[in-house]
Amino acid sequence: MRRREFLSWSASGVGGLLIYSTDLKAFVSLAQHGAQAYRLRFFTDEEARIVGAATARIFPTDEAGPGAKEADVVTYIDRQLAGPYGYDCRRYTEPPFEDGPPEFGYQGKESPREIYRDGLKQLAGLDQMSPNDQDAALKKIENTIFFTMLRKHTIEGMFCDPMHGGNRNLVGWQLIGFPGPHMSYYSDIDTHYGVAFRPKPITLQQMSGLKPNPMEDGKCAKMHRAEGNK
Amino acid sequence: MKTLPAVDVAIIGGGWVGLLMAKELGQRTSLSVVVLERGGVRTPDEYLIDMDEVDYAVHRRMMQDFAKEPFTIRHSAKDRAYPLRQLGNFLPGDGLGGSGEHWSGLTKRFLPHTFEIYSKYIERYGAKKLPEDHSLQDWGITYRELESFYTRAEELIGVSGEAGNIQGKLNENGNVFEGPRSTQFPTPANKVNYFASLFRDATKAMGYHPYANPSALISTPYTNPDHVTRPACTYCGFCTGYGCMIGAKAQPTNLLLPVIQKHKNVSIRTGAWVRRISHDGESNGRVRGVTYVDASGEEVFQPAQLVFLASFILNNPRLLLLSGIGEPYDPNTGKGTVGRNFTHQVLAHNLVTVFLDKPLNRFMSNGAGGISIDDFDADNLDHTNLDFMGGFILRANNDTGLPISSFGVLPASIKSRWGAEWKKAGIEHYDQTTTVAFIGEHLAYKGNYLDLDPTYKDANGDPVLRMTIDWRDNEREMVKFATAKALDVVHQMGITNFTPYQGLHRYEGTRYQSTQIRGGTIMGTTPETSVVNTYLQHWQFSNLFILGGSTMPHGASIGPTLTMLSQTLRTADAVVGRYLKHPGPLV
Repeated sequence: MRRREFLSWSASGVGGLLIYSTDLKAFVSLAQHGAQAYRLRFFTDEEARIVGAATARIFPTDEAGPGAKEADVVTYIDRQLAGPYGYDCRRYTEPPFEDGPPEFGYQGKESPREIYRDGLKQLAGLDQMSPNDQDAALKKIENTIFFTMLRKHTIEGMFCDPMHGGNRNLVGWQLIGFPGPHMSYYSDIDTHYGVAFRPKPITLQQMSGLKPNPMEDGKCAKMHRAEGNK
Repeated sequence: MKTLPAVDVAIIGGGWVGLLMAKELGQRTSLSVVVLERGGVRTPDEYLIDMDEVDYAVHRRMMQDFAKEPFTIRHSAKDRAYPLRQLGNFLPGDGLGGSGEHWSGLTKRFLPHTFEIYSKYIERYGAKKLPEDHSLQDWGITYRELESFYTRAEELIGVSGEAGNIQGKLNENGNVFEGPRSTQFPTPANKVNYFASLFRDATKAMGYHPYANPSALISTPYTNPDHVTRPACTYCGFCTGYGCMIGAKAQPTNLLLPVIQKHKNVSIRTGAWVRRISHDGESNGRVRGVTYVDASGEEVFQPAQLVFLASFILNNPRLLLLSGIGEPYDPNTGKGTVGRNFTHQVLAHNLVTVFLDKPLNRFMSNGAGGISIDDFDADNLDHTNLDFMGGFILRANNDTGLPISSFGVLPASIKSRWGAEWKKAGIEHYDQTTTVAFIGEHLAYKGNYLDLDPTYKDANGDPVLRMTIDWRDNEREMVKFATAKALDVVHQMGITNFTPYQGLHRYEGTRYQSTQIRGGTIMGTTPETSVVNTYLQHWQFSNLFILGGSTMPHGASIGPTLTMLSQTLRTADAVVGRYLKHPGPLV
């Protein structure tokens, strides 16, 4: 896979100011602190632009607040697809594959990487369309596995711990008043009945003082096999 | 294959019941004991960095790797089975401590009716009232016989709660429906969140009997009889599905492991995936030991005088079937016992989703905490004029509101699933939405059972376990009735915006329900209808004991952990007190 620079962002976490170019050719950040490059691990430039456009319609930026763009959902998804999840490391992938009743879950052979690669072909040129046309194009694929995944991953990228690449600057958590991980609410759980209690959001690393090891940075045998096949 | 020097005791599985047995034998005997755990080591320290919804709730980092070993599922013996290719309706834990590391900590005793369900039903309603294809039976022990072991298990954990019945003396602040207890709970009840407090007030006003859920997430610091000290729960909200960062939640690794490690006669081998229990046939009446694959892939035979099968509920019957121990259950003839009486719970999640107009601060929560009512559980309500048997509990949990799983639960008036309208509504409702929850008793049926799958194999090439299970009209009627009762409570709370559960259809393998599945190697009073006697000793192989939820003949509404621990203590007493002196059948 080609790896190239696509996004750059503030490495300092909370506080970076983000501005996006209107043509969506690339997301540009004006970081208040040092900028750090992110090299795409799975998507091509074009795919990343399409995912950026699609997720920005799923979770738009509007008067209700920031959306997928500010949270950097594209980076979140790219990292997931490049890691064990993308390769189905923890899914049973032995044959025979046969369609079953929906109650027993997805029975397909295709991994999330393959579902994305195929699905994105159906959205070719999405990043060049008007918002209305983008919505119409997404409506057409609304009932596909690919769209279900894309929607689910958009929510994950909005509200994950920033160590996974999304929820940048904690925009997602601030939007809904979720404070992230905290050590204790012992004296708060029963003292704010019916009244909003909103501690300042912090990340897992800030809370624990430890370096987390997100699963997407791991490896499994299926990934080694796939790399060997190239 | 490598053969190791013989040990006195081999324990298969390092979860709750395996490690409890290891601890008891370590403390009370000088036997050489080896615990074979197929997963890796877990230490309490790693739980400080597990407060992450993506890796632990979405990707289920602590759970069994289904890529290596899935289960297959079908609705009836006529259907073909499909693999559950990813974790869904239940979540077996992986590694030392097993599912006891990520459990919610709900630590309630079963109601006395549970153990004598069949005879009590016959006595009150007659045989005709039971569903046609049920396979209910009494458990062979009574609540009274188990009471002292319940007390010991509660003291081990330091269970938080308020007694509703101490030796027949009722207390309206506790659960007045519980069986008589010899003592108060070791620690006071958990605090509850706002919504649970509303539920308590409403149910009380309606004449029901709300109580705080007994919880293993202890409310105050506690030192147990083994001198293990744990701190109080801080309601951090990362509970069910996570290990506890401070050890307030009782887990095998913080409660049992520190004691086991003091006893040199007990060793724990991780990365040891047991494939067979070895024996020379039933006529011999004894098993010889176990065969496992170690972390390097080598086959190892571990001879043992005494074997405890204590793996995850579903792996207990599977290992018996793979080892040719006992007769597989045949649903057509009713013969055979291994795999019989497979049950889950009914539904075990939201029954009415409610949309309030006030913030709930849902991020402050813990797994087990909250308020429940037992007014409909077991046989506390008269079933004479009802279309179902079995009881249920209504609850308001100390609900966790982690954002990825909670965002986007919206009133029916919002039709969109993405875009601006959906986003706006999602933000608005995020912290104002919760549920009245439900857990129902799952009766045993002739057609719900476990056997080996003819097609799909695990990473070792062994057949995986096949589950044959579906709901009956009995459960569908139960859910319908319970929904109406839950709506009454919702109205009492003055909530006008809500979505009732749409009704129970087919058994689902995709949506998380609970990990409290049971059966497959059930206990009982005769070898014709059970795999183990009431001491959990195998009927034919007297040096094989089977511990855990697989021995439960049906699915009581509440989670099985405390009862599993109590039964394990009862077995430990019988083994240490009687079996070791005179090895052979205890019954």
